[in-house]
Amino acid sequence: MSEITEDALVDARELMCPMPVMAATKAARRLEPGQILKIMATDKGALSDIPAWAESNGHELVEQSTEGTDFVFVVRTGEPD
Amino acid sequence: MSAEAVTTPHADLTEDDVRRIVKEEVASALRKDPGMRTGAIVASKGTLDWAYPPLILANAAAAVGMEVSVFFTFYGLNIVHKDFDKKLKVDPVGNPAMPMPVAMPDLVTAMPGMVSLASRMMKKRFSDHKVSSIGDLIDTAKEMEVRLIACQMTVDVFGYDQGDFLDGVEFGGAAAFMAHARKSNMTLFV
Repeated sequence: MSEITEDALVDARELMCPMPVMAATKAARRLEPGQILKIMATDKGALSDIPAWAESNGHELVEQSTEGTDFVFVVRTGEPD
Repeated sequence: MSAEAVTTPHADLTEDDVRRIVKEEVASALRKDPGMRTGAIVASKGTLDWAYPPLILANAAAAVGMEVSVFFTFYGLNIVHKDFDKKLKVDPVGNPAMPMPVAMPDLVTAMPGMVSLASRMMKKRFSDHKVSSIGDLIDTAKEMEVRLIACQMTVDVFGYDQGDFLDGVEFGGAAAFMAHARKSNMTLFV
């Protein structure tokens, strides 16, 4: 389990590509740089999509884990450029 | 002129320093390259199955921080027509890749009613797998400020008028698309 407390949680479980990254994008836009976003997904595509999405947007993937059938990603938002 | 007169303020920089600085500046310039942040997609197909790829890719491009426009032309106009839900269908005839519950010869799949049956089956299959509907993908694209541009020439040729299309759809020609596409590293024809 993550020790980090998130500022926002995106529950994208059951959603399929591209909706987990769309939900993550909407949530990240509402956060300030440096805040923590936790994303939960069940789509196996999210395993490559969320890290790629984070990198493209300058967010830092702090943690990634699997809890049962859930994939959990903890992201620290980057500075918009 | 003496040699001292041309000394630069950073004369103490080594060659390695200069190489590092140039590398960093180039990397930073590439990150800011507008071409990397711009995408242009042509959607030319008007069937239910082919409506998904341009919309999924446009949404994903917007999610990774790109400004995207989708140019709907020819049958692709179906996707942004107000009646898209009725217009987008899938036909098993001539589509051997379409998964069928049992193997069916073309003579069977060509029978009346098969197109609407196949279309219903595909919609159900997608929704069973929790894939977003075309309507959801369009709404999300609009929310992400994806530009949806209908080709004016094909709008006219097919006898539509601008009022037949979804709110927020823009109208433009091939040159307007090219003006955007030439600035885009990513250009897709679907």
